[in-house]
Amino acid sequence: MQNNCTHTLSVVVANKPGVLARIAHVFARRGFNIDSLVVSSSMEGNVSRMTITALGDPSNLGQIIEQVKKLVDVIHCTDHTGEDVVVKEMALVKVHAGPAARTEVLQVADHFGAESVDMTETSMILMVVGDTDMIEAMLKLLTKFKIVELCRTGKVLMARGELPT
Amino acid sequence: MTKASFDGAQTLVKCLEAQGIEYMFGIPGGATIPIFDALVTTGTKIKFVLTRHEQSATHMADGYARATGRPAAVLVTSGPGATNTVTGIMTAHIDSVPMIVVCGQAVTHMLGKDAFQEADIYGMTMPIVKHSYLIRDTNHIPRIVREAVHIATTGRPGPVLIDVPKDISMAPFQGDLEAPMELPGYHPEAAAPDPATIRAIGDALQRAHKPVILIGHGVIISDACAAIRALAEKIHAPVTSTLLGKGGFPESHVLSLGMLGMHGTAYANKAVVEADLILNFGSRFDDRILGVPARFGRDAVKIHVDIDPGEIGKMVKPEIVCLGDARQVAEALLKAVGRPDTAAWIKEINALKKDFPLHYRRTGGLKMQHIIEELYTLTGGKAVVATDVGQHQMWTAQYWKVDRRNDWLSSGGAGTMGFGLPAAIGAQFGRPKDLVVSFSGDGGFQMTMPDFATACNHKLPIKAIVLNNSYLGMVRQWQELFYADRKSGVDLEGNPDFAKIAEAYGALGLRIKRAADVRKVLTRALEYDRGPCIIDVQVHKEQNVFPMVPAGKALEDMILEPRPRRGRPPVAAQKK
Repeated sequence: MQNNCTHTLSVVVANKPGVLARIAHVFARRGFNIDSLVVSSSMEGNVSRMTITALGDPSNLGQIIEQVKKLVDVIHCTDHTGEDVVVKEMALVKVHAGPAARTEVLQVADHFGAESVDMTETSMILMVVGDTDMIEAMLKLLTKFKIVELCRTGKVLMARGELPT
Repeated sequence: MTKASFDGAQTLVKCLEAQGIEYMFGIPGGATIPIFDALVTTGTKIKFVLTRHEQSATHMADGYARATGRPAAVLVTSGPGATNTVTGIMTAHIDSVPMIVVCGQAVTHMLGKDAFQEADIYGMTMPIVKHSYLIRDTNHIPRIVREAVHIATTGRPGPVLIDVPKDISMAPFQGDLEAPMELPGYHPEAAAPDPATIRAIGDALQRAHKPVILIGHGVIISDACAAIRALAEKIHAPVTSTLLGKGGFPESHVLSLGMLGMHGTAYANKAVVEADLILNFGSRFDDRILGVPARFGRDAVKIHVDIDPGEIGKMVKPEIVCLGDARQVAEALLKAVGRPDTAAWIKEINALKKDFPLHYRRTGGLKMQHIIEELYTLTGGKAVVATDVGQHQMWTAQYWKVDRRNDWLSSGGAGTMGFGLPAAIGAQFGRPKDLVVSFSGDGGFQMTMPDFATACNHKLPIKAIVLNNSYLGMVRQWQELFYADRKSGVDLEGNPDFAKIAEAYGALGLRIKRAADVRKVLTRALEYDRGPCIIDVQVHKEQNVFPMVPAGKALEDMILEPRPRRGRPPVAAQKK
């Protein structure tokens, strides 16, 4: 019986070809669906940071972390679920909004601290940065207008204070 | 030859040589011609062995490594040459065997363009290698070869693949032959065993009345054998081993229970069921030894000693975990343990051995066990034994008592048919002075039989025993026991005369059809030293391997006796 929940992992890897494929294999083989994946360079050269959000059975997660850690190019892998961390993501939302709807869309944007980054006769693109819950709440309000396109970066995460990520 | 005049291929060969590679098994092809040329032009000490199939080449390297503890290399061409190694790489990976697989590859600018004999072997082997490389710069070769051998042989060993595009092997080398490794994420050094954990294990052992030591391949890889023996003798605990742990503790020792699990000895399985403490050194609690994981050692304190954190809690949740090298842990433990009183337990074990011995009927046709026992007697057990996979493998595991590490070569995790003959060939290259025997069934033997030619070419005096029942016997056994004897796809009608196959290669072919000939023919085989021989043993066709723990059942559900006649269910062992 599966008891799926979402986990956010931070993986530091040697920046070598194939490392992403190796990590993806470990998740796929154990039935974990990767929801979001952010790969970025870190402060050190030759080292990249991945933030992976995945949905699956928590009893498998420990195994996945151990198997990921075993990969030669993985320097470390940590599960930050339930820890004191800052988790943010960004979304671009294209809303179908002509002149009549603009004011209300802008009110919603203003409330969530979103920015209007494009505007045409018939549409607007809003850019919002924040917690996943907050973005979800904004999207819910925008559904009364037609959301034409949505693009989310996936979560990025950093441990608070002196704790390393 | 100076470094200045090396090309990539020559650099590769010299670096493999510098890393201590002694043998290379394989087959050339378009993409590896420069590397094969380098074997000549560098005057390397590496000995190349031409095989008849790339799968056999991997099993030879595997057999060499299991028999010597040192890695060998495989050298194959791109495309099908590379894909033919997949079975052998997976076999080595799941059994933690070091191996370097060098594949030729299409030229770099053609990668991803469906070039002739282009296969993405780097991508397709990712889940079955410890690590892999696709070389993109000729100057990287020394670092990559150094890393590859280091990764393959340290920590939990495994295969490492190096894919070498032809332009990389042909380009001039202008780098540093002494380039250091760059492995920031790889730390195989086992931490010293944690003293508190060692004390906890010592205390648990002191409290235990019915301890069992379980040993796996890790004991052989780390050479913990002497320490395990001293520990077992000190705490007076019986020792059982997995299929791959055979040889980690002398099986002729009075404390040995032999192999446990699906076809383990009845007394090993009963001892594990009865035990109040199971001390596992270097076994990954494979499903073939657990039966039902949740019911394995339910009432026992389970202690797991492993070098790989990924194995902890994967199958069984242990009460005590000790990460580390089996040998270091066993040695530390030896100093920390007292002498618990296990006299009553040992008495119980001895009664189990007496009441539930391995046995078979010597009448009613020639039995595989008879051949195995007779050869064991004739050789005093002093031989390197390779097996294939199936019924004969289980009987060999039961009846051939392995006393020394590296004397037992069997494909455990993968269960790769066709493994036995090439593994024996590889072992004989690694240990030219030792007697090497392979036991195969008629099914598996035919999967890699063409490589008998390789044994002939090199006049390797291996004894290739084919236990021939003209069936894929293990599957037939399952069909008989669990599928109402509906035989499906198991009849090997059309088998050749294996003795004549040997003769066709100019080798010695022998045949055994009657129990009365066994000793005579085996003696003849053992005396023959001019090359390999095949002994075609025509055995009873429908024998079954017992004890047997049916798939999905717990160890206490072990079936002991063959059912007396068709239509009656097997007799389950009574739980004591």
